[in-house]
Amino acid sequence: MKCEDCQSNPAVVTIAETYNGKHTQLHLCEECAAQRGYINFGSGMAWSKLLGSFFVSSPVQVGQVGLTNNKTCPNCGIGLNAISHSGKLGCSECYETFREQLEPTLRRIHSNTGHTGKIPKRGASKIIVKRKIEALKTKLQAAVAEEQYEQAAELRDEIKNLEMN
Amino acid sequence: MSINELVNNSVVSWMTADGPEADIIISSRIRLARSLAELPFPHLLSEEEKGRLMLDKVEEAIKPLPHLKMVMLSEISDLDRNILLEKHLISPEHARNNSPFCGIITNNDGSVIAMVNEEDHLRIQSILSGLQLNQAYRYADDLDDSLEQTLDYAFDDQRGYLTACPTNLGTGMRGSVMLHLPGLTMTNRQTQVFNSINQLGLTVRGLYGEGTEALGNFYQVSNQITLGQNEEDILNNLWTVTEHVLEQERATRNYLWSEMKYTLEDRVWRSYGLVTNARVVTSNEALALLSDVRMGIVMGILPQVPNRVLNELIVAIRPAHLQKMAGREMDSDERDIFRARVIKDMLTKNIKEG
Repeated sequence: MKCEDCQSNPAVVTIAETYNGKHTQLHLCEECAAQRGYINFGSGMAWSKLLGSFFVSSPVQVGQVGLTNNKTCPNCGIGLNAISHSGKLGCSECYETFREQLEPTLRRIHSNTGHTGKIPKRGASKIIVKRKIEALKTKLQAAVAEEQYEQAAELRDEIKNLEMN
Repeated sequence: MSINELVNNSVVSWMTADGPEADIIISSRIRLARSLAELPFPHLLSEEEKGRLMLDKVEEAIKPLPHLKMVMLSEISDLDRNILLEKHLISPEHARNNSPFCGIITNNDGSVIAMVNEEDHLRIQSILSGLQLNQAYRYADDLDDSLEQTLDYAFDDQRGYLTACPTNLGTGMRGSVMLHLPGLTMTNRQTQVFNSINQLGLTVRGLYGEGTEALGNFYQVSNQITLGQNEEDILNNLWTVTEHVLEQERATRNYLWSEMKYTLEDRVWRSYGLVTNARVVTSNEALALLSDVRMGIVMGILPQVPNRVLNELIVAIRPAHLQKMAGREMDSDERDIFRARVIKDMLTKNIKEG
């Protein structure tokens, strides 16, 4: 559904009002809702609620509780309800515990992308090696395609070396 | 002790105005969000034992770094916390937080500072004067590397650095640049510029970050995307956009100077007259007038005052700084009177000779 104010952004907030006995419902995008003063970005509370709404399946319905799942994180003890309420996870293990349930939310925030940036040097030396091997394999394929067999042999040795360690 | 220096010195690193383009670009900031593996994130960190454990690990990690010191927020008075907030060294949320595990790691001039147990276990920051995104990243990155030699960060091959809020996943990095854009605002072109910025995955906010107005025509441009782009891409993107906005602001000022000289001169001189003669002035009015004055000084229309003093003024007129300077608590009426005096003094006493 499109936002009823700007007619362009997707509506993510539903405002239900009863005024003089008349019920109205308004579907707005984040920006227009803020402009009408429904979301006060000045207070941290409203902001976290908005983030929490990411964890709910579809546009926020007033009075509807998002996720009903009793699973809790074995490391910190937090459940999905608390996560969707605060917009924050409980600990790093939550990402693993709720991997499946978080997937659609993460896709919504970050699209379908993976991390390509910095990796902790000490903690993830394994990851560094893995990425190096992947890069070398790409180079190897290119070398083979170009019939640079000498270079290909060198690359293959280098990959073997890295894989053994 | 370093935290006292940060509170009591009138100028911290970003305010020195010694960076490139410091007349329009006030500061460059890099923030890296980092979590320690397995420990509950700060909003769930309530058990004494786990909180202590977390702080011990951090203490251990900064031990080899003699230029850094950790201070707990509980040891800092409310007024001094607000001083740090007004100097943009800590966030409003951190200044208000009463958890016993909240702290600040800092060097002597506030160019490198880390918030401990803010939204994430660590928020490593570097804030420098002018357009110095790469240098700020280098400082933050160095501290990050040093800490990681001891600390086990929560990291996932696919998702990058794991953060309390999933919007920061990936690099956990937010770069932001604070710009003074009176020309674009005056000619009503800021919305147009900002719309194009938004399309590039960047966002524009006001002086004090999330949800604040663009008081005094100060705007913060920062990256939104943290996953899928590496640090270099993010920095390049932000740098390119900043250069573009900077160019637009300069072009607009040149246009105003050549096409509407008297209107422009009249406007900045009026504001200068008002702000140096007022006896009572609110914070918002002061920021609006000082915006004109800053542009007038930078463009050579008004008596010359160093950019450092202009930066100092943005901070000195805020409530906590006024009360610190006065040495006593003041209600808002008293502050408005005192503020008028401080502005007049700082502007008139710092006029460069010749």
